[in-house]
Amino acid sequence: MEDFEPLIVAFCCHYCAYTAADMAGSMRLSYPANIKIIRVPCTGKVDVLHLMRALLKGADGAYVAGCLDGDCHFKNGNRKAARRVASAKRLLSEIGLEPERVEMFTMSAGMGERFSQIALEFTDRIRKLGPNPVHSNTKKADPPATNRQTVQKGDRPT
Amino acid sequence: MVTESALEKVLAAGHLAVTSECGPPRGAVPEKIQEKAELLRGYADGINVTDNQTAMVRMCSLAACIYIRQMGLHPILQMVTRDRNRLAMQSDILGAYAHGIHTMLCLSGDHPYFGDHPMAANVYDLDSIQLIQMVRGMRDQGRFQGGDEILNAPKMFIGAAANPFADPFELRVARLAKKIKAGADFIQTQCIYNLEKFERWMAGVRERGLHKKAYILAGITPMKSAGMARYMKNKVPGMDVPDEVVNRMAGVSKENQAKEGIKIAVETIERLKTVEGVMGFHIMAIEWEQMVPEIVESAGLYPRPQF
Amino acid sequence: MITAVRKPMEEILEFVLPYKRILLVGCNECVTVCAAGGRKEVGILSSALQMAFMKQGKTLDVREVTLERQCDPEYVEQLVTEIDRVDAVLSMACGCGVQEIARRFKDKAVFPAVNTQFMGASERHGVWVERCQGCGDCILGITGGICPVARCSKRLLNGPCGGSTNGKCEINPEVDCAWQLIWDRLKMLGLEKRYEEIVSAKDWRTSRDGGPRRIIREDLE
Repeated sequence: MEDFEPLIVAFCCHYCAYTAADMAGSMRLSYPANIKIIRVPCTGKVDVLHLMRALLKGADGAYVAGCLDGDCHFKNGNRKAARRVASAKRLLSEIGLEPERVEMFTMSAGMGERFSQIALEFTDRIRKLGPNPVHSNTKKADPPATNRQTVQKGDRPT
Repeated sequence: MVTESALEKVLAAGHLAVTSECGPPRGAVPEKIQEKAELLRGYADGINVTDNQTAMVRMCSLAACIYIRQMGLHPILQMVTRDRNRLAMQSDILGAYAHGIHTMLCLSGDHPYFGDHPMAANVYDLDSIQLIQMVRGMRDQGRFQGGDEILNAPKMFIGAAANPFADPFELRVARLAKKIKAGADFIQTQCIYNLEKFERWMAGVRERGLHKKAYILAGITPMKSAGMARYMKNKVPGMDVPDEVVNRMAGVSKENQAKEGIKIAVETIERLKTVEGVMGFHIMAIEWEQMVPEIVESAGLYPRPQF
Repeated sequence: MITAVRKPMEEILEFVLPYKRILLVGCNECVTVCAAGGRKEVGILSSALQMAFMKQGKTLDVREVTLERQCDPEYVEQLVTEIDRVDAVLSMACGCGVQEIARRFKDKAVFPAVNTQFMGASERHGVWVERCQGCGDCILGITGGICPVARCSKRLLNGPCGGSTNGKCEINPEVDCAWQLIWDRLKMLGLEKRYEEIVSAKDWRTSRDGGPRRIIREDLE
């Protein structure tokens, strides 16, 4: 448990959270290297699917960081994201995973400190929860089970 | 006279009719229905027997009606369309008529949502108006709904329910018109506490001459307590209990509330006697049947005409 | 559209637990619109199933496919390339699609991942309501475009009943009284007179009551 370093994916919206991350950088505020940031135009783009895939592919935790409530650059993308995070939590509970492994956070573009603080706290939360149980029973080297998107609209049978 | 119904006899002779009601037991206990009916002997021209009321399973209305008929009394078979399709309903009507039951009330029935079997499949093959049409067809044409001839076709005196207090109010006279057009001979209304609204409805009824096409019996239910008044006001859909009634009940001490409730019922009857088109009263004192004789006497409706 | 809701994970896991390789098939039509079984939902369910298995130290090979629709044999035929590489099929389509797959691939176990609900329309995104019961003899022309068979809790054809309260159904204050809606619409259309015409007993033979139904168009066969 002591040498467990969580792998965390953070979906950050371009207008607020990603800018806040930048701000943290320029303020020389450190945040854990465990956080892998994925920039999205708006957190409204993040779907339950992305959170689930993140955990499936090896993340121990994932969070969505968007604008403060009422300040979303695209009006209410952050509210949609919050609802989807809630939905993901319910789905995780249904398969016996801790709903705390996903979370929704909000901040403004200037809140470099907040970005850093959240990154720290979430990493700590996941460290305490332990590794994603999904991966603890299989060797980390194993790739996730094959799944392929095949045969879309318009294809003809061979 | 179109049928041999005792209720029709009383109404056709120009008397104010009195009907009352019994709920069958939640088990195979015929004594319960016999006891209730006995309390009403001599005080009612017809005794309604409810049909799985509030969608709770009870002994079937038909069986209970047969017990009552065997006591020499006159049951009114209530039939809801919720639980039986047209085959079963016509079948039960034949059975009822064969047992000397000549009066019935056609209803749609409370939704199973409220009852003890919310998981049941609803039937609703017909609605109440289509049931009225069907029973009328059996009587007038001597044919089943499907068209075939009936042997000794039942001649039922057909009743329907009317609720002047349900929404939308503007439709309530039109709905009555539909039921009468479908073939209803008599109407029993929902119990009345809001006399002003009832009189408004009756004005609409009279305007269309409906009071001359069917006998309208005003519904009366005595309140047992202020709690009952509040419950009926707030929790029962389609019920209109004005604040004055609740306050009047609450304004009396607990031991006197039942007496006050009876008083209100009798006063309501007296006032309704003056309303043109009211041809009688349907007194529903559920689980309080023993008070019906007192109400009937105090309202000057005793003795009942005998034929 | 035909609406559906994903089954509880517990139930789905029970179906697939005996297998190591499954084909998870979505549908691009109705269940996509109601967000129950489209390509995205396939991805979500696939992830959830794989993680549930991995948590128990097992693996589940999930092949994800989303067909244009599952109720036409031409589309279901497209699964032949995948079917031999799996032990069972989990379909996210409505019951029609699940059965079509079962019909075509008789030797493969097929399981439903969703509970098919009703024929309905979107009230707004995320909210779907029941509109049609498929009675086979449409009366919408005389009810102002509102169906009492589907939307009246008692399917009265001469409603409303005595339980209608403030325009809502007695069973649930969130359910509109269909007959209030019908009456309001008839008024808007100046068709109040229609209300008092008695609608006679319905012939339910055109409905499911007459047995499972079939349409044959000889000009198209």
